[in-house]
Amino acid sequence: MSCELTQRFVSGYLDGELDLVRTIEMETHLKNCAVCSRELENQQALRDALRRGSLAYAAPAALRERIQSSLNASTRDVPKRTRSWSTLPIWQWAAAFAVLAVCSVTAWQFAAGVHTPSNDQRIAAEVFASHVRSLEANHLMDVASTDQHTVKPWFDGKLDFSPPVEDLASDGYPLVGGRLDYLQGREVAALVYQRRKHFINVFVWPDGSGLSLARAVESRQGYNLMRWSRSGFQFWAASDISAPDLAEFVRLLEIRVSP
Amino acid sequence: MPETARRERFEQTVLPHLDAAYNLARWLTRNDQDAQDVTQEACLRAFRFFDGYQGGNMRAWLLTIVRNTCYTWLHQNRAPGSAEVFDEEIHSAESPAGADPEIQILASADKETLRRALEQLPDIFREVLVLRELEGMSYKEIADVASVSLGTVMSRLARARTRLRQSLVAALGKES
Repeated sequence: MSCELTQRFVSGYLDGELDLVRTIEMETHLKNCAVCSRELENQQALRDALRRGSLAYAAPAALRERIQSSLNASTRDVPKRTRSWSTLPIWQWAAAFAVLAVCSVTAWQFAAGVHTPSNDQRIAAEVFASHVRSLEANHLMDVASTDQHTVKPWFDGKLDFSPPVEDLASDGYPLVGGRLDYLQGREVAALVYQRRKHFINVFVWPDGSGLSLARAVESRQGYNLMRWSRSGFQFWAASDISAPDLAEFVRLLEIRVSP
Repeated sequence: MPETARRERFEQTVLPHLDAAYNLARWLTRNDQDAQDVTQEACLRAFRFFDGYQGGNMRAWLLTIVRNTCYTWLHQNRAPGSAEVFDEEIHSAESPAGADPEIQILASADKETLRRALEQLPDIFREVLVLRELEGMSYKEIADVASVSLGTVMSRLARARTRLRQSLVAALGKES
């Protein structure tokens, strides 16, 4: 591959968006060309600067309220409320949101003609609600650490089991923390991983059902859910990363947790 | 679906992506108040089109609407003459002169300088960088949001990065 072609594709290479053949060609060329290697380093420096700068803007709370009330105004059969949504403190709003999520998910299942949702579907609805709530209510982590040897002991004494905690930083999915969550009427461990700006919640609790392979449970409103069982634990992963990315993450995690 | 149930489902699926929506609008309009107006307008549009949403990537679906709303808004509100007509061929990217300290200059770039440099990029370059670097979207997702091919996403991102580097080197190289 020529320097000209390499420099044209170095940006796509950095993003991991080149096909396999071109990636190999790039790597061969980069090994032998100081000019192109420096170009790659500069591209990386730019990316690091952009990430370090935390340049993303968060939506102002007032905007959220404005949208909420204009949606209210545009829906006619809304019963009169004694309190307006906008006066609720954020945590109450989040709690209400979670209840709403579970209710409407359940309602949706019934509407879809599923009269007796399977156990997996019930768990999926809870996992989905927990995932959304953890992002909405700003309660993603009780312990924030990228060190599995900090996260794992943190659960001691808080749970009646010791969840397997693995870091996948070397594969591009760093562990960023953990928290206690509540699913299926019991306390469970929630491990939080990050993929670029996206979070992955992995819910873990003991179950006696033995090994079952990972499978995608469903994809719902831009979120993907997967479940599997291993080492006497049941695992559920939820995230807004793409289904293939999530499957890859789960595959890597499965390898780390011995059967 | 009754209106309230429809609204509740909309809130449950769309509001988790409100930050991403506002972020894109904020970078395209370069102004908080306009970004809020555009985001609100886009959310109400999304609510009207909600029945047409077939599942799949909600964030990309919402950002497509936000982007279209932004461009309509920019078209109506930008002062005549200030429209950025950009000829990709004329401005075809050249790598910044291989100044050795470039890597140090980039490493020293502070948030304010980065923000200004990114704001000054033409819209089509700014949007791909925001979607890629700030939202972490894949090329496929960016292609869907911006309604362009994967190849265009790749070449625009490459040019956007080159221009951003040139502008950072110009801004910070002078100081050192």
